[in-house]
Amino acid sequence: MLLKLKGGTIYDPAHRVNGKVGDLWARDGRIVAGPAPGERVDQEYDLTGRVVMAGAVDMHTHIGGGKLNIARAMLPEDHRRDPVFRTAITRASCGHAAPGTLAAGYRYATMGYTACFEPAILPVNARQAHLEMGDTPMVDKGGYAMLGSDDFLLRLLAAGEPQARINDYVAWTLRATRCLGIKVVNPGGISAFKFNQRKLDLDEKHSYYPVTPRDVVRTLTRALDELGVPHPLHVHGCNLGVPGNADTTLATMGATDGHRIHLTHIQFHSYGTEGDRHFSSGAARVAEAIRSNPNVSCDVGQVMFGRTVTASGDTMAQYRNAPFGHPKKYVSMDIECDAGCGVVPFRYSDKNFVNALQWAVGLEIFLLVDDPWRVLLTTDHPNGAPFTSYPELIRLLMDRTFRNERLAQINADARALTTLGSIEREYSLFEIAILTRAGPARILGLSDHGHLGAGAVADVVVYRDDPDRQKMFTAPEYVFKDGELVARNGEVVKVTWGRYHAVSPSYDKGIERRLKEYFDRYMTMRMENFPISDDEMHAFGQGVTLVSHACRT
Amino acid sequence: MAPATKSTEIRDVSCPFCGLVCDDLVVTASADRLAVRANGCRISEAAFARPAGDAQPQVNGKATTLDLAAKEAARLLRGAHQPLFAGLGSDVAGARAAGRLAERCGGVLDHMNSAAALRNLFVLQDRGWMTTTMSEVRNRADLLVVAGTDIVSRFPRFFERCVANSETLFGKDRRCEVICLGPALPSGTKLSGPAPRVVACDVSRLHEALGVIRALLAGRPLQAKEAAGIPLAVWKEVTEKMRAARYGVLAWTVADFDFPHAELTVHALCDLIKDLNQTTRFSGFPLGGSEGDLTADAVGLWQTGFGSRTSMGRGFPEYDPYHLSTRGLLQRGEADVLFWIASFDPTRTPPTTTIPTIVLGAAGMALEKTPAVFIPVGTPGVDHAGHLFRTDRVVAIPLRQLQRSSLPSVADAIGAIEAAW
Repeated sequence: MLLKLKGGTIYDPAHRVNGKVGDLWARDGRIVAGPAPGERVDQEYDLTGRVVMAGAVDMHTHIGGGKLNIARAMLPEDHRRDPVFRTAITRASCGHAAPGTLAAGYRYATMGYTACFEPAILPVNARQAHLEMGDTPMVDKGGYAMLGSDDFLLRLLAAGEPQARINDYVAWTLRATRCLGIKVVNPGGISAFKFNQRKLDLDEKHSYYPVTPRDVVRTLTRALDELGVPHPLHVHGCNLGVPGNADTTLATMGATDGHRIHLTHIQFHSYGTEGDRHFSSGAARVAEAIRSNPNVSCDVGQVMFGRTVTASGDTMAQYRNAPFGHPKKYVSMDIECDAGCGVVPFRYSDKNFVNALQWAVGLEIFLLVDDPWRVLLTTDHPNGAPFTSYPELIRLLMDRTFRNERLAQINADARALTTLGSIEREYSLFEIAILTRAGPARILGLSDHGHLGAGAVADVVVYRDDPDRQKMFTAPEYVFKDGELVARNGEVVKVTWGRYHAVSPSYDKGIERRLKEYFDRYMTMRMENFPISDDEMHAFGQGVTLVSHACRT
Repeated sequence: MAPATKSTEIRDVSCPFCGLVCDDLVVTASADRLAVRANGCRISEAAFARPAGDAQPQVNGKATTLDLAAKEAARLLRGAHQPLFAGLGSDVAGARAAGRLAERCGGVLDHMNSAAALRNLFVLQDRGWMTTTMSEVRNRADLLVVAGTDIVSRFPRFFERCVANSETLFGKDRRCEVICLGPALPSGTKLSGPAPRVVACDVSRLHEALGVIRALLAGRPLQAKEAAGIPLAVWKEVTEKMRAARYGVLAWTVADFDFPHAELTVHALCDLIKDLNQTTRFSGFPLGGSEGDLTADAVGLWQTGFGSRTSMGRGFPEYDPYHLSTRGLLQRGEADVLFWIASFDPTRTPPTTTIPTIVLGAAGMALEKTPAVFIPVGTPGVDHAGHLFRTDRVVAIPLRQLQRSSLPSVADAIGAIEAAW
């Protein structure tokens, strides 16, 4: 099958292609340089005047796993406001803040996203996460396993076990859970909350284990670098949402001994304590620190105004923030000596001082970090806002007039504390393609995603070049997945099921003896039943392929 | 002398017959018989030993093939205005298939345990809750308050697996105190601390006691001299135990809260737990998960946003916990085909009704009334592999194929119906 996409204006930052008019070719789902001599073109689309980019990659979106299903159970009122009807080819579901997996897949695809990654998979909950992602159509998927508050790791650290042993455990976890990376959430803090500790700063000791969050971050960033896992440690730091946590964020960047680190939803970790209300923007300091630490990348976790739900492994922070929730209900759960989860519905209001400043802080970070390869576009769906708000966010970044109009409407005290109005920068299409495609693919080590070079998957998105960038990015004219047209003008035209992505670094099997003893003595599941088998992945994904990515050795 | 029968021993077997989904059973298999050799319980020993039963599908009581039975089921469903998919006792794959088929024919989905499960769900929807999981209870709980249930009637190995252990991650001399509000535990229940303190209150009046405990915690003056039939001094003592716990757990079995407005009792339990967390750590432990109820709910929730009592009749999911009950729809004559799924327990037969009934039942199911279509199906974790969510809603336990029979799974049977559409 040879596909020709003719005469589009191509933005492909991985190959420094910035708005060049040209043809793209795809054969059997992969981009190729051109047709073989005498090869017949099976399908051709004239893309004159259209903007062409690779399929977008969302590297941090809570689309699958236990906490989202708790959120779904809690929010019938949210589903009722956004019913998703069955069509001849798509299934019934629900949308908005905690959408059904089916709707999530359809909506991502119609927005031009072709790969999505669930960032917080509790190892013991990995089966559920993969089952949910297996029921998420259209997109490629994968996830990051959560470590750092699990008693097994904390015991290894407390006992001063060598790094090699930690590395074996990390590698075993990646293999057992079929994940692409490792995330740490409030390092050690989810465990500390089980011991009734209500805060845990970077250098504060856990009340039971003689371990600090800094120890966890240092050890795990090193483990991933030594195992050669492409994606660096994915870090949701200490003190989420706490005024003054920009200091913690800067200190966390310095806690890695130079190893790579990805700081996720950094907006929630970039607050100062200035002003009458002792809550201010720390964005400038955080942006400066990102500039000067090339081992650091981040995604923003932008807040957008409206109703949503926050779902996080960070029980300590979620319990603390529950009184600010709307409507007034919350779930907090301690889970299997592994981690936990907290779910708090939220309504971010532009007239609320804190919410308005959070919105401004996120935009400041986007606009003040000068290297778009290291500041990725996320709302930490659904924690800052549902992913369906990305088109509006892109417009805020690309259109200063629109941004200043919105700024004029927010809480006046918050407006007085942000430099946003003085920032002139407007993102270009080339930079948006980095933020949403090339950047996340590179940081995840997905060598055949996020670009349009020969050999890449033929995930291609075609937009009308509308000056209203929100409109433009809401419903691309064509979305191709693996060379097939799957969505057109906001409608799904073909249902596909994507692939799973994972890594499987090698490790010394001796760790399994330790784990078996641990499971036998303390856990309520057998270690033998813990790792997910190939057959199970096949059943979860209803037959989709599991791509195992290489680790650098 | 009897001929030697070859028997194989299978370890780390998961048991699908209650919400604990224990995965440490040792089972021996010989010919078409299974027997639990270790780590069994009253429920699992009986259930694994059940013979596979007659594998013959039937249409109107007459033996037929799976294909012809599927064809007749498809014909009935195609002609139905509002089919009711009830029972729903199956694994993840069965729940996926049932949801797909119900959507295709505009049906209603309702699990056989939903009346009980909704008592919890209403609280989750109104207030949320703070809960914990089995391994946390096993390692951290220093106080277990058991409200209105003996637990073991439905979950026989709970105390053995989560309370009786003296060694935990944090030491070797665990003493977990147990307080029973309502029924006592059966004698001989293994514990790791002193004999349980039993406060034999009337469970349907438990909410009174919970109100009193919350008031005592908040330091409010009380006029009452008793609550739920128990003197105030006893509740003061219980309150102090709870306040002093470092990691308390409050367990309930919602199926045992079988009285009007029991969701308000769950509500009070959950609010009490939240109050206790202002100063210490305390978690709820709602027990459920039998007959795949949490599994059916989980799959419905992630696909469509709703679990039981959801209609696909208008092309999108509509959840109505009051209107869409199996009993109500059948009584009011609002369903015209009943599609009943029960793959774990052959005694969970469909409700009696005059409308055409399609049964995907555990083989050996004895039906009072001959259904229009009967397709014997295998049991997940016995006849085929699968996944089942455990009581704590987090752990999906893999179930193995133990090769008792080659009966089709619920997903296979529904696949055959879809193929015959």
